[in-house]
Amino acid sequence: MLLRKAREAATGYLFVLPAVGLFGLFVFYPLVKTAYLGFYAQPVFPGLPSHYVGFSQYTSVLSSSQFLGDLWRTVLFILFTMPLGIALGLGMAVLAHKRLKGIRIFRLIFSSTIATSVAVASVIFFTLLDPQVGLLTYVLGQRGGAGLLNSPTWALPAVAITTIWQNLGFTFILMSAALQSVPDELVEAAAVDGSSPTASFWRVTFPLLSPQMFFVGVIGIIAGFQAFGQIYILTGGAGGPDNATTTVLFDIYTNAFVNNNMGIAAVMAIALFLILLVLTAVQFLVLQRRVFYAGAGR
Amino acid sequence: MPAPGADPLGAAGAGEAGAPAADTTPPRPVSASRTGLRAVARYLLLAVVSFVVLFPIYMTVVTSLLTPPQIARRPPLLYPPNPQWGNFVTGFNAGHLGEYLRNSAIVSICITVAVVTTSVLAAYAFAFIRFPLKRVLFALCLASLMVPAEVTIIPNYRTVAAFGWLNTFPALIVPFMASGVGIFLFRQAFRGLPTELRDAATLDGLGHFKFLIRVVLPLSRPVLGAFGVFAFLGAWNQYLWPLIVTRTDSVRTVQIGLNQLVGSSFTDIGVRAAGTVLAALPIFIVLLIFQRSLVRGLTTGAVKG
Repeated sequence: MLLRKAREAATGYLFVLPAVGLFGLFVFYPLVKTAYLGFYAQPVFPGLPSHYVGFSQYTSVLSSSQFLGDLWRTVLFILFTMPLGIALGLGMAVLAHKRLKGIRIFRLIFSSTIATSVAVASVIFFTLLDPQVGLLTYVLGQRGGAGLLNSPTWALPAVAITTIWQNLGFTFILMSAALQSVPDELVEAAAVDGSSPTASFWRVTFPLLSPQMFFVGVIGIIAGFQAFGQIYILTGGAGGPDNATTTVLFDIYTNAFVNNNMGIAAVMAIALFLILLVLTAVQFLVLQRRVFYAGAGR
Repeated sequence: MPAPGADPLGAAGAGEAGAPAADTTPPRPVSASRTGLRAVARYLLLAVVSFVVLFPIYMTVVTSLLTPPQIARRPPLLYPPNPQWGNFVTGFNAGHLGEYLRNSAIVSICITVAVVTTSVLAAYAFAFIRFPLKRVLFALCLASLMVPAEVTIIPNYRTVAAFGWLNTFPALIVPFMASGVGIFLFRQAFRGLPTELRDAATLDGLGHFKFLIRVVLPLSRPVLGAFGVFAFLGAWNQYLWPLIVTRTDSVRTVQIGLNQLVGSSFTDIGVRAAGTVLAALPIFIVLLIFQRSLVRGLTTGAVKG
C-alpha cells in the first residue's frame, strides 16, 4: 500500500518535472538573476569587471530622465492604442452582430488582421509610410517631406496606428464573444419597454459589456508595455527619431544588447516586471469577481 | 445603431407593416421600406469598414505587382496595370524567404509539440495524481504567468550562450517548451471529465500513462486543438527573442528575416511587398483552416474566464 502510494507520487513528480524544470531554468532563476544584476554597475571602461553598487543603481536609473521619459512614452503609446482599439473593435463587433445574409464573410474580413504578425504589419505600414512613395504619405500631403516616421511628433502615433490595425482582428473577436454573452432577452425586454435600439445599446448592452471591456483594456495596457517589434522595424532599430519611440522595453533592449550595459537594463527590466505584475494581478482579481457574479446569477 | 436581439421584433413589425394605420409610437412596428433601408445602410457600413481593414493588405498586394517607376508614380497607382509576378520570384530567392519560412516552421512546430506535451503531463498530474507539494507546484506553474518573457531576456540570453546555443534552433525552442496557460487550461478540462472514468480505468488495470493516452486525450481534443493553434501562432509571431539570439539566415525566423527586406540592400519596394505577401501567406492559410479552434482558444482564455 505504501509502496503504491510512493509509486503514485513518483509518477506525479515525473509528469510535472519537465514543465517545472523549464520554469525554474527560464522563468524563476532569470527573474532572480535580473534583480541581482541590477546591483552591479557596468565599469567605466569596457573589459573591467562590473562592481557591486547595491541599490544605488536602482535609485539612479529609476529616477533618471531617460527612464521617466521611457515611461511617459510608453503611457502615451498605450493612450494612443488602447482606447481607440477597443472602440473600433466594439463598433465592428456591434456592426457584425446582427444576423444578415453574408455576415460571415464580413466577420472573416473583420478578424483578418489576426493573421498578420507584428513584423508583417510593420513592414506593410513601413511601405505605406515611406517618405518618397508611401501612399499614406501621399494622402497626408507630405509628398517629398521627411515622412511621419522621421518626425519626432508623429513617429509614435504612426507606430500606434500600425499597432491598432494589427490588433483590430483580435479585439474584434474578443468584443464579439463578449457581445454574444449578453442575453438576448434583456435587450428584447428593453425594446418591448419602448427603448430605441441605440438607447438599449447604451443602457443595457454596454453596461453588461463593461467587465469584458475592462479586461480587454488591461490586456491592451499590458500589450503596450510589451510592444517591441513594430517599434524596431518602423524606426530601423533605433527607437527614434530622437528617442521619440523609445519605450521602457525598447530601452531595456537598447541598453542590454546595443550599449551592452546589463546593469541598467536589469534595473529597467525589474521595473517593467513590477508594473506588469500589478496589471496582471488586477486582471486576475477582476476575472475572479466576474466569474463569481456570473456563477451567482445562475 | 440597432442593438443585437432587436432583430426578431423588427422582423415581426415588418410583417404587419401593410396596415395603413401603422403609427410610429413605441413599441415600433417598423415599415418594410424602413427595414430595407436600414439593411442597405448596414451593408454599406460593413463594406466601408471592410475596405478600411483590408486596404493595407490590398495595397501591399498591388505594390508587389508593380515596377519601381510605377511605384514612384504620383498620384499612386491603385491597381497593377501589368502585374510583375517576377517580384515574387526575386523576393523568394534573394530574400531567402524559403529558408526563413522553413526555420519558422521548424521552430513553431517543435515549440507547439513540446509545450502541449509538457502541459498535458503536468496538467494530468495536477488533475489525477496524488503527491506531496502538489498545490505548491501548481501555484508555481501559475506564478510563471506573472513573469513575462520580456523581463527575463538578459539572464536567458546568458544561459543560452553558456549552453553554446546562440544562433541555433534550441535557443529558439527550449525556453518556450512550457506554458502556465497550457497547464491551467488542460487541468481545467481534465477536471471536467467524469470521475467515474478514472474509477473504471483503475478497475480495468489501466495505469496513469495509458489512461492519459487512451481516455483523457481523445476526450480533450477541442481544448488541445485550441491551445495548440494558440501556441503555434505565438511561437510563429515571436520577435524580440529571435532577434537577439539569431545571427545568420540559416536559423533566422521569417519575422526577423522580413526585416532584412527593409534594409538598404532592397531598394525595390515591389520586391519587398512581394516578400511581405509571401511571409504572411502561410499563416493566412493556417488560420483559414483552423479558424474555429483559434477563436475558441482566444475566447476561452480571455473573455469566458
